[in-house]
Amino acid sequence: MLSAQDMQEAAAHGRTVKAIYVYEAPVRLWHWVNAVAITVLAISGYFIGSPLPSMPGEASEHFIMGYIRFAHFAAGYILLVGFLGRIYWAFVGNHHARQLFKLPLSNRKWWSEVLFELRWYLFLEPDPKKYVGHNPLAQLSMFFMVTLTMVFMICTGFALYGEGAQAGSWSHVLFSSWVIPLFGQSQDVHTWHHLGMWVMVLFVMMHVYAAVREDIMSRQSMVSTMLSGWRLFKDDRP
Amino acid sequence: MTETFYEVMRRQGITRRSFIKFCSLTAASLGLAPSFVPRIAHAMESKPRTPVIWLHGLECTCCSESFIRSAHPLAKDVVLSMLSLDYDDTLMAAAGHQAEAIIAEIKQKYKGNYILAVEGNPPLNEDGMFCIHGGRPFVEVLKETAADAKAVIAWGACASWGCVQAAKPNPTRATPIDKVISGKPIIKVPGCPPIAEVMTGVVTYMLTFDKIPELDRQGRPKMFYGQRIHDKCYRRPHFDAGQFVEAWDDEAARKGYCLYKMGCKGPTTYNACSTTRWNGGVSFPIQSGHGCIGCSEDGFWDKGSFYDRVTGINSFGVEANADQVGAAAAGVVGAAVVAHAAVSAIKRGRMDQTNGNK
Repeated sequence: MLSAQDMQEAAAHGRTVKAIYVYEAPVRLWHWVNAVAITVLAISGYFIGSPLPSMPGEASEHFIMGYIRFAHFAAGYILLVGFLGRIYWAFVGNHHARQLFKLPLSNRKWWSEVLFELRWYLFLEPDPKKYVGHNPLAQLSMFFMVTLTMVFMICTGFALYGEGAQAGSWSHVLFSSWVIPLFGQSQDVHTWHHLGMWVMVLFVMMHVYAAVREDIMSRQSMVSTMLSGWRLFKDDRP
Repeated sequence: MTETFYEVMRRQGITRRSFIKFCSLTAASLGLAPSFVPRIAHAMESKPRTPVIWLHGLECTCCSESFIRSAHPLAKDVVLSMLSLDYDDTLMAAAGHQAEAIIAEIKQKYKGNYILAVEGNPPLNEDGMFCIHGGRPFVEVLKETAADAKAVIAWGACASWGCVQAAKPNPTRATPIDKVISGKPIIKVPGCPPIAEVMTGVVTYMLTFDKIPELDRQGRPKMFYGQRIHDKCYRRPHFDAGQFVEAWDDEAARKGYCLYKMGCKGPTTYNACSTTRWNGGVSFPIQSGHGCIGCSEDGFWDKGSFYDRVTGINSFGVEANADQVGAAAAGVVGAAVVAHAAVSAIKRGRMDQTNGNK
């Protein structure tokens, strides 16, 4: 129950709220499954490259490296399946579902909005614009740092996985057989896969910061949109 | 007529029993069914020996050293005889014009029917003057001799990938032979040196079946380079258990734990060391306590230290690995995020103030 004082306060800040349904359930589910998978992949992957301190006792008593690698491979499979499902949803979902895969590169207005967003982040614009989907700068960075990086990580990751799964396995046939020769040798693929992980880490840092900041500073909802799917606008100005 | 392999063996004093043993061992080492033993025996009894020309470019002769130590039962006398190794300037008695005449003779007599084995590679800078063979640049001799060969074997990392002489900055522009020879099947047998039994195994396969072994995309015989050292390493259980050597003189090193943290390249190296081993199956680097350096992989000299797990990225101009680069970038972005958030907060505070004053 709202008290009389609460009602008064609410009336003082009161405004009508417009809302648009942006992110459909599969997109939101993918986002959060991905978030978990990427977290598991980054942590387990780091420990594959730089393992924990050596275990004492007999080898038969432990399987720590085995479990870490299992977590990495399992999360990798989930990431792959999720990504394939997400591509499918880009075809059948609403037009926001296609933003990650298609950049309107020939659209002049879109480019001017990219510049506008850059100016907004450089504190050169006093007032943010409203966007229903991603703002153009966000879309641009997501395309490069999520879509392309994920494709790269899936290709190199399953190429490395296929080396262990051996010739004849699906991952060896589909990935190892061309990715390893393309890079020259397996060690290079490891190094690049490692760098890809850091690109993801950078993205997550910027992504979380930008989402929280926009939630506070912009004229629309951000964080809750990825939970409920609804984009709420805080004012009626265009 | 040229002698058959069998005749050579008998002449060398090998009994028929030993000969059949050799055929069985060869079949086993090539991963063939027992039914292939009589086929190998028949081929060796009836086929004339295929002549082999063995050229040396920029190299250290470690491939030859490895090859002549093949611990295969009959290596010393037979494998060399079996090859009908008609030209090998390191091993042959002839020298000078006499030796060079043999190349010309084989080229003419066995046109399109001899095997060219190349140890080392040609340097291309200064018109190939960094490696002279019989008074001419090696690259010319190589191209000429390859032109009439049936197939070319690239011995070792030098001929296959370039090896140390092609490591950055590669002053002589040493170039792997597949970049120089075209239109001939090239079998790469990388390693620095390759394992003796792998070398004799490849030759035996080619002579016995009259065809080259099945190769992978990088031109290596699948039967010996289809798996990584790591896949068959006897220390693998320690890897899965997370038991690692952390320093060369620690307890884990004495107990024979996994050398992964010491930069062992077993997980990224395709070779048969962990199964075939060296010196007649006595040992291999990991077994003697040192990590694999990945000597059969392309450009293994330029992948940072042999003792690093996460290898250096020298392209950045500083000694750094992927983690250092990534952590530095994460630090910069993190600092930027904090600074940006601070400025945003101040800006918002000011806006609230002005709005409040209105």
